[in-house]
Formats: sequence, C-alpha cells, structure tokens
Amino acid sequence: MHFVDEVLPGAGVDSLWRKSQELCCESKSSQTAAVSVEEAALQVCCTTDTGTQTDQNKFEAPDFQLGASLHCPGLEKFLHGVEGLVIRELNKNWKSHAFEGFEVNWSEQNRTVSCVYSLQYPEALERNLQVTGVSWNSTGSVVACSYGRFDGGDWSIEKSFVCTWNLNRRGLNPQYPDVVLDVPSSVMCLAFHPSQPSLLAGGLYSGEVLVWDTSRTDDALISRTGMTTDSHMDAVYQVNWLSNFSRSHYFQILSVSTDGKILVWQLEGEEHLTLVNGYALIAQQIPRNTKVNKHSRGDAALGVTSLSISKFDPSLFIVGMEGGHVLKCSASVEKAALSKDPCSVLLKAPAQFTYFPHGGPVHCVDCSPFHRNLFLSVGTDGQTHLYSMLQAKPLFSLQLSHKYLFSVRWSPVRPLLFAATSGEGEVLLFDLGKSSQLPAVSIQQNPEQRPVYCLEFNKKQTHLLAAGDASGMVKIWQLSSEFTEEGPREMRHLEQLASEVTD
Amino acid sequence: MAEVEETLKRIQSHKGVVGLIVVNAEGIPIRTTLDNSTTVQYAGLLHQLSMKARSTVRDIDPQNDLTFLRIRSKKHEIMVAPDREYLLIVIQNPSE
Repeated sequence: MHFVDEVLPGAGVDSLWRKSQELCCESKSSQTAAVSVEEAALQVCCTTDTGTQTDQNKFEAPDFQLGASLHCPGLEKFLHGVEGLVIRELNKNWKSHAFEGFEVNWSEQNRTVSCVYSLQYPEALERNLQVTGVSWNSTGSVVACSYGRFDGGDWSIEKSFVCTWNLNRRGLNPQYPDVVLDVPSSVMCLAFHPSQPSLLAGGLYSGEVLVWDTSRTDDALISRTGMTTDSHMDAVYQVNWLSNFSRSHYFQILSVSTDGKILVWQLEGEEHLTLVNGYALIAQQIPRNTKVNKHSRGDAALGVTSLSISKFDPSLFIVGMEGGHVLKCSASVEKAALSKDPCSVLLKAPAQFTYFPHGGPVHCVDCSPFHRNLFLSVGTDGQTHLYSMLQAKPLFSLQLSHKYLFSVRWSPVRPLLFAATSGEGEVLLFDLGKSSQLPAVSIQQNPEQRPVYCLEFNKKQTHLLAAGDASGMVKIWQLSSEFTEEGPREMRHLEQLASEVTD
Repeated sequence: MAEVEETLKRIQSHKGVVGLIVVNAEGIPIRTTLDNSTTVQYAGLLHQLSMKARSTVRDIDPQNDLTFLRIRSKKHEIMVAPDREYLLIVIQNPSE
C-alpha cells in the first residue's frame, strides 16, 4: 500500500443569502430627541482686605549723622574757619532790606503791538480776492483764511480758495500756504473744529456748507450740503461748530444765511451733511418790545448775518440781522416758524427778545467769555454796542469808525478787552478798563486803508491775533503784554459794567 | 566730633535758616539737616556751581579766588562757604 497526499481542488460555494441581502439594502434613519443642555454657574465671592502698619520711627530732626562713621579729617577745622563768616552773613541777610520790592523781569515784556507775519496767496491776489474769514485751529498753531468777495453782489461762480498756514512749521513761507483748497464759489466764512485740529467748515456764497479735513492729502473735501431744497438760498455768512451741547452733537455745524434761516447740519461718515434742525426768522414772529420796529411785510424772512452762542448757556444765542436788529434766541423753542420754504425738518421760530437796533446791517455779534449777560455788536453804522442780555438798550454805544465796522471779538484772556475791525483798514483794541471812549491801540492793517473784514484771537497762543483784509492779506499781530495779562480787579469792573441800568 | 555737631547746631539755630549741608570735595554730602532727595539735589548742583564760580573768578584774575557765594532767589538765599576739602551750604529764608 502506498499512501500519497492528494490535493484536491476545493469547491467554493458562494453564499446566495449574502448576495440577496446586499442587493436589498434600505437606508433608515432615526433621531433622538434634542439633548437638552443647561448651564449653571456658581461663583463664590469672598475677598478680604487687611492692612497693618507699624508706627514710624520718630524722625530725628537735626540729623547730622549721615556718614558720621566716616572719618572726615579737617572737617572740624573747616567748620571752625567758616562759622564766623557764615553767621555774620546770616545775620546781615536777616536784617537786610536790600531786595525788598525788587522784581526781576526774566521774560521780555512786549511794549508794542507788532506784525509777526503777513500771509498771502499770490494767486488769490492776482484775482483781487478778499479775505472773508480767518480761523485758528484747536492747537492754535494753524491759521486758515477764506478768500471771496464782500463787494461783488452778484451770484459769482468765480473760483476761490481756502488756505492754511502752520505758524510753528520750520521754513514757513508767508507767500505760499501749507494747504490750498480750491472752492468752486466765493467762500464767505470758515471755522475750525474746536477740538479736532484738521476739521474745517466753510460757508459759500452759493449757500452751500462744506467740510474739509486738511490732514488728507488727496481730496480734503469730506462732506458738503449740496444744492438741495434744504440748503440755504442765499450766501452763508457764518458757520459755527456745536461742540458743547452734548456728545451726540459732537460733529454738528450751525450755519446762518441772509435767507433768514439758521440750520444745524450733522456730519456723518457719508458724502452729505444732513439737516437735523433748523430755525427761521420771520418778520411777524419777532417780538416787538422796542418801538423802532417797522417791518413792511409780516411773512418776510429776515436775513441773518451773524450769530454768537452764549459761552454760559449753550441753548442761548444772539443773532445780528441784515435789518440792523439784534435778537436773543433760544435753541430749545418748539414754536414752528411761518416759513413758506420747503424744508425736510420743521423750522422753528427762535426769537425771544429784540434789542435796540443798529442803523444798518449788523456784521458781527460776540458774547463775552467772562460774563453771561454781556455781548457786543458792530454794524455798518460804524457803531459798537455793548448790551446786557437783560436790557433792550445798549449799556453804551461808540462811534468807532466813519465807515463800516466788520468784526468784533472779545479777548479770550482779558475780560475788559475787545477788538474790532473797521472799513478804514484799522484793527482797534479797546480796553474798557482804561477808557470807554477811545481805543487803547489802533493798528493800521494796510497802507491803502482797505477794509479789514475779519479778526480772530488765538485761544492757545493768546498773544496772537489774526486779521484779514480786502487786499487779500492776513496779518498775524503780536499783542503787547498789557493786552495779554489780566489786570487786578478786571472781573469786578466787568460785573459793574453789566449791572448798570440804562432805562 | 562733638564740636562739629555743636557748630552745625549753632548755625542751624540762626534766624530763618531752613537747612544746611556739608559737601566734600567730590560733591558727596557728608552732613545734612534736610531730607535725602533734597540734600542730594542741592549738594550736586551747588557743588558744580561753586566750582564754576571759582574757575570764573580765577580765570578773570589768577591771583584772586572765590571766598563766598550767595544766591538770592524769590524764596531763599543760598550761601556757600567753599574750602579746599569741603563746602558748607546754608539755605535761609529772607527777612519778612
């Protein structure tokens, strides 16, 4: 027998069952209810503070022991030698009256008012443009001026400029501004933002209000009102930033125009300035507490030429009118104005009180920064009126010029000082403490006696004053010490002035 | 050493004296009646000033020398008595 391992080929049997199962598969899904999760937190707050202090060692008054351990050879001999001399000098000095009343003037006293810079832009001079407004920025180092025309009464479409100079810049060129902004129409007024050093607002003859950011190099114009039914119909004579109302008013601009409207614009990130509030002065809504009030038509709009917000009550403002009237207005009124002009916001009638008027258009009003009731106004009658807000008649009126007076400003540092500019080319500084009849100093701004249209004190560098005139020149005047340092009893004198009764 | 303290007390007790400092030739205070920071400031600055004053006097006339330095200020009179090795600084209020 022989046994051999035999390998047989295996037989495979495929599972039919698996195949059939694979063929028919179904997909099913199921879902459980949403897992509900709750969060709970627990915190234990338990802190304790303890402090201990030990008593300080009593300080030994005459402590000569510093380095007493050091051997100081010759110290005894030295002290012995100088003691007599020192004691003699100490005695002499104690009895001496040599330096009594002796004051050293370390800083130089400026005795005269002098011109530090004469700024001009040659291209504006070529076109005979006039300086219509000046403004210092919030840091007090940059002065801006607007070019335009006060004499040309037509709707000019002449190109104009706004220029700025940084006086602290090295290599300042008085003939060439740091920034030149081209403007399509005559600029009538401008104002730097009170806290943002590069924001500048300007009002045009066409009625538009523009806002520039002078720190931008490409296109400085960041916002404009455009020519809509909301914008002014006439030249804008003054723009003001509203900064102290509240935070939400931070970037609001107030503009006044001879179309009788006072509008408040909100500056937002967009192209356009949006109208948020407005006032209109209509003849029949003006309080008639003075007899000299003869308006021809009741529904006529009264042109506003100037405005000044009270430094003590931001809802109170004084406006100067084309017709010579001076009005006290309140920003918090609700009475609607009888204005026929279409407008997207309800225009209010703000007038509260009428003061004794000027004999011609009022060019400028300014509220005192030191007294809540005092304000000044100037006009084409060449007179300056000092009013108390509580009395219709002015406390005094002065004939300062035989021509017009264009601008008036209180000094930011001296309560009794104000400056005015005249049509005869003069900047007049008036010290109420010295004389209430004659100006303390009269500066001739230009030899040709062209009118000086605007002036502005520098609130940061208080010895500087900027004034712009019809010859296109901005002069920076350095004031003498008597105009920059508050004298004794000035505030009391101002109080006395304000409490005088005129009627 | 007692005599040194005696002398300093005698000067300190004079009318109007605010304080006194003894400074050595390197400008380091070795005796003082004032607090630490004031002492260091006075000693450093007045040592420099005295050296400058002395060299000024000697530059003008080499035969001359500084003997005493008085500084009148709005608030005080500072007296400096110089020597080869030491400076005595006395600060006095001026008479009322």
